[in-house]
Amino acid sequence: MAVRKKSSREEWEEQSQAGKQPARGRGRTISGMPIEPLYTPDDLRGWSYEEKLGYPGHFPYTRGVYHSMYRGRPWTIRQFAGYGTAEETNRRYKFLLSQGQAGLSVAFDMPTLMGYDSDDPLSRGEVGHCGVAIDSLEDMETLFGGIRLDTITTSMTINSPAAILYAMYIAVGEKSGVKPAQLGGTLQNDILKEYIAQKEYIFPPEPSMRLVVDTIVFAAREMPRWNPVSISGYHIREAGSTAIQELAFTLADGMAYVEATIKAGMPVDDFAPRLSFFFDSHIDFFEEIAKFRAARRLWAHIMRDRYQAKDPRSWILRFHTQTAGVSLTRQQVENNISRTAYEALAAVLGGTQSLHTNSMDEVLALPTERAAQIALRTQQVLAHETGVTETIDPLAGSYYLEHLTDEMERGARRYFERVDEQGGVLACIENGFFQREIADAAFEFERQLEANERIVVGVNAYQEKEGSPVPTLKIGRETEQGQVRRVKAVRERRDNTSVQNRLVELKVAARGSQNLMPALIDCVRAYATEGEIMAALKEVFGVYREPILF
Amino acid sequence: MAVEKKVAAGRRGAHQKWRVLTCKVGLDGHDRGVKVVSRALRDAGVEVIYAGLRQTPEMVVEAAIQEDVDAIGVSLHSGAHMTLIPRILELLKERDASEIIVFGGGIIPEDDALELKRLGVAEIFGPGTSLQAIVEFVNRGFQQAA
Repeated sequence: MAVRKKSSREEWEEQSQAGKQPARGRGRTISGMPIEPLYTPDDLRGWSYEEKLGYPGHFPYTRGVYHSMYRGRPWTIRQFAGYGTAEETNRRYKFLLSQGQAGLSVAFDMPTLMGYDSDDPLSRGEVGHCGVAIDSLEDMETLFGGIRLDTITTSMTINSPAAILYAMYIAVGEKSGVKPAQLGGTLQNDILKEYIAQKEYIFPPEPSMRLVVDTIVFAAREMPRWNPVSISGYHIREAGSTAIQELAFTLADGMAYVEATIKAGMPVDDFAPRLSFFFDSHIDFFEEIAKFRAARRLWAHIMRDRYQAKDPRSWILRFHTQTAGVSLTRQQVENNISRTAYEALAAVLGGTQSLHTNSMDEVLALPTERAAQIALRTQQVLAHETGVTETIDPLAGSYYLEHLTDEMERGARRYFERVDEQGGVLACIENGFFQREIADAAFEFERQLEANERIVVGVNAYQEKEGSPVPTLKIGRETEQGQVRRVKAVRERRDNTSVQNRLVELKVAARGSQNLMPALIDCVRAYATEGEIMAALKEVFGVYREPILF
Repeated sequence: MAVEKKVAAGRRGAHQKWRVLTCKVGLDGHDRGVKVVSRALRDAGVEVIYAGLRQTPEMVVEAAIQEDVDAIGVSLHSGAHMTLIPRILELLKERDASEIIVFGGGIIPEDDALELKRLGVAEIFGPGTSLQAIVEFVNRGFQQAA
């Protein structure tokens, strides 16, 4: 009987099966995609370089959004910071700028994020804890005191009240002689992911979307250096989603903003180039790199084919990355430094435009100065010592990575279909689709951990006896007391008739359909507080209650 | 101690399930942990009532008494734990409901956790706690293994 000669692949398969130690491991990515022990040209059959990758700075931008990528300019190190009072944070910013940092990234405290003044009963115990407390334009003037706003860019992580803080930033610029058109920066301002994941929503989805569209339109007309929204997957991922869900839900949110702004009458190419994105970089190394590359390719196709954008700047997906807070462990806290370093490397191999690396102690509290310094140095080692900046998209062409990138794209497109079938993003928020998908994925991740199907060092393997408590940053009670005094003083000092008039005008504008930015700028100029402005808007818009499910 | 009292009084016979109110107090919206724990407890046979986000101490204590629960599981990530959790204990005392156990979790530094336990919180579960450990804690009548 004639025996067919074995192919070299078959030979390898037999050998790898028959060996004393067959290939083992969990064999799945965090998104649940099966991982083969080996990838070969067979996995990329029919794959076309021009169609799938192209060149850096060229459609579909898989290899990067700029022609020279990090050869031209390394990614921006943008560490998120803010705590206590505006005065304390201002000192920190001046220090960071003196160290060569070119951009600021403002962390606000919970009352500011939720639209409450520091003296509101609901703010008790929260003032200055998660970030800096801002009540009125006066605090904003202190926060940026002595800093020339036309020489830096500022990123503000705020969502429901984003339009108010944006108005305050514009007013601070105005007072120091800087025109809106000279201001550069980013508002997070991504309300959809709040309903989906981070839950810092206030108004119902429709009026919230109107506020976002108003800021997009205002920025497009008046502020060419401003990114009015940073469409965020980070919080979706941290809430427990898989990488595919993060990718799919984030781009679906992006499409919802594009559609709403087009519906408001603005041509796509007038605003799309200023849309930006924000992703998580988790611990599943290759899947993350594939996610970033797939995101660029998907967005380029969506903008060109679905929305007929003509300007190539509308096609490109620029993004900021933060390493995964949720991957950090309380046990053996120093191990978080190496986790963060691997995640930072994945973000850079994925072509990020800017990066925040977490501090090892953020699993316990806001970072101490020492821990924050190590996190910053981790990026500097990556940028200057490892050589990763020398070659653009160095993993392109890897059988495994390209296969994974294609799979991420396919998985995301399947979700787009499911979202469309249910009537779009707002319908999926209201029926709990996203929330349920995320809760299920989070539970599955925990289950795998409990069953030891997934190893987390120090948690379910290689445990050590607990050491002494790690020192953490403390925010004293005097921060809250001082801030409460300050906001009360502002209310006494200002012209209260003018404040009341501006708030009435804002409500009239909110009931109509005009852009709310001019009325908001008038309110903050009169030193109306954030809480007062939010209360006026709540009167008109109402508040949102989510469906409770777990 | 409180638990022994309750068991002795026969409020929960062997056939009855533990009832737990889980909630997020404070302003942050990080509900991943509380939802995963709520589901794990439910799967382990505990009756779980999840009160949702942004509950004030007053709302939590009112709901706990109304729902006749054995314990309140509080989740916080905003840094307000040293204000809000002691307030819950205080209100329970005022309402003569101190037999209701309070336990919690979230982003809570270890020294704060020790202080909260000193004030009467049964346990604080930090990040990286296994679900198994929390389920066992509840099944043992809200006590850590000796």
